[in-house]
Amino acid sequence: MAAPADLRRTPLTGCHEAAAARLVDFAGFAMPVQYDGILDEARRVRAQAGLFDLCHMGRVRLVGDRREEAAQFLVHINVEKMKLGAIRYSFFAREDGTTMDDVLIYRDVDEIFFCINAGNRARDIEWMQSVADRFGCTLEDQSEELAMIAIQGPRSAETMTPLCSGSPAELKYYKFYRGTVCDVPAMISRTGYTGEDGYEIYFAADEAPRIWNAQLEAGKEFGVTPIGLAARDTLRLEAGMALYGHELNDTTNPVEAGIVFKPIKHTKDFSGRAAIEKMLADGPERTLVGFTTDSKRVPRQGYDLVTVDHTPVGKICSGSPSPTLGTNIGTAYVAVSHSSFNEELAMEIKGVRHPIKLHALPFYKRER
Amino acid sequence: MSNPTELQYTEDHEWVRMEADVATIGITTHATETLSDLVYIDLPAVGDDVTSGESFGEIESVKAVSDLNAPVSGEIVEINAELEDNLGDITSDPYGKGWMVKIRVSSPAEGLLDSAAYDAHVAASG
Repeated sequence: MAAPADLRRTPLTGCHEAAAARLVDFAGFAMPVQYDGILDEARRVRAQAGLFDLCHMGRVRLVGDRREEAAQFLVHINVEKMKLGAIRYSFFAREDGTTMDDVLIYRDVDEIFFCINAGNRARDIEWMQSVADRFGCTLEDQSEELAMIAIQGPRSAETMTPLCSGSPAELKYYKFYRGTVCDVPAMISRTGYTGEDGYEIYFAADEAPRIWNAQLEAGKEFGVTPIGLAARDTLRLEAGMALYGHELNDTTNPVEAGIVFKPIKHTKDFSGRAAIEKMLADGPERTLVGFTTDSKRVPRQGYDLVTVDHTPVGKICSGSPSPTLGTNIGTAYVAVSHSSFNEELAMEIKGVRHPIKLHALPFYKRER
Repeated sequence: MSNPTELQYTEDHEWVRMEADVATIGITTHATETLSDLVYIDLPAVGDDVTSGESFGEIESVKAVSDLNAPVSGEIVEINAELEDNLGDITSDPYGKGWMVKIRVSSPAEGLLDSAAYDAHVAASG
């Protein structure tokens, strides 16, 4: 299908149209939600590998002498302790500790690079700019000039190796290097959002269709195909990874979300630190949990979790059939008082209780 | 895409087969392609009254719950109870084994599309 004309295109939208993907509005972009079948696509990533267009996400670089101080004010991890070539997961917090976004931080020789969510791009950049200004740093939004694609699944390294300089197979998880993909300068990062081994790669946007097609060609013998956002959502949920707008939003904090669960050792200041430390000390009122259900009804964001007598004690964040577990799964915020594993909870749909079982996150962990 | 010419359609992608005063209802190929990966269907009980334009049931796919809207008003006289355990029939044979309910129509149907108008509607909506 042709992308709706009122939506923004990525450098790869033409490839998705040619592949007859279904394109939907995601954060204002026409994005492929599925190619052939959501659950088949998800299974393919677990068994083989799949290719993802992530050009809608935000890519921002921070440069200047005091870039590490500026980055430190933005995230909760100790930026100074990150080695060159290291990547960390963190979040942007407001002064009251609520989450503005969750992010990946890359520490390079002369820059700190951030990957941020599509839906938060504009406000993140405004926030990052204000921090950069305070430290006399320069912020460069590279979201348009750089493309981003991911290859995820057990056959990722074999697919990438013939296309890349260096040894992508030797790269450790959550590390990156600068090299080439199809002879184009690229940042190659061993990260992902599926629970599988794989890579996220960044390179000049105008090369995106060529590199996309080269990956598909190189991966053909391993069964690599393009994968839509719906399967990506199922995969990240199985892997217990948060999605902004679901497990995280403007009212959640990183303590109840389980991102910060032990005292922060370093003494550097960052936005939200005092509030987050108070939440840690006091203990959260609600907590993010995983659950499974034998009901045929798929858990959906916003459904109540209720006790035996229909008292609401939680709200569902995400849900999906899990092709890997063979049952329906979900995440929810539940009152800490009702979050023990023997709690008899149910999701309530139109007044009917559909029993659930709390389940430790993640639901799926690959063998390493 | 071309849909069966002997059927009538709604803009919401239900089809109607009229035989005397009984209307058989299902969803179109376009609807099944849009929904994909069906996981659940909730159909009314025989004897229930339904009103044209209002929901008579729900169909759930991996990603969303959708209402099934009645194209005509009347009484449910039969439901396809096989579907609950054979959701694949809706996708593989939407105009045959994928039928959902039969309604004894209480007043003449209004506002239904013929197949040419429905084909055009689908083409226009992409």
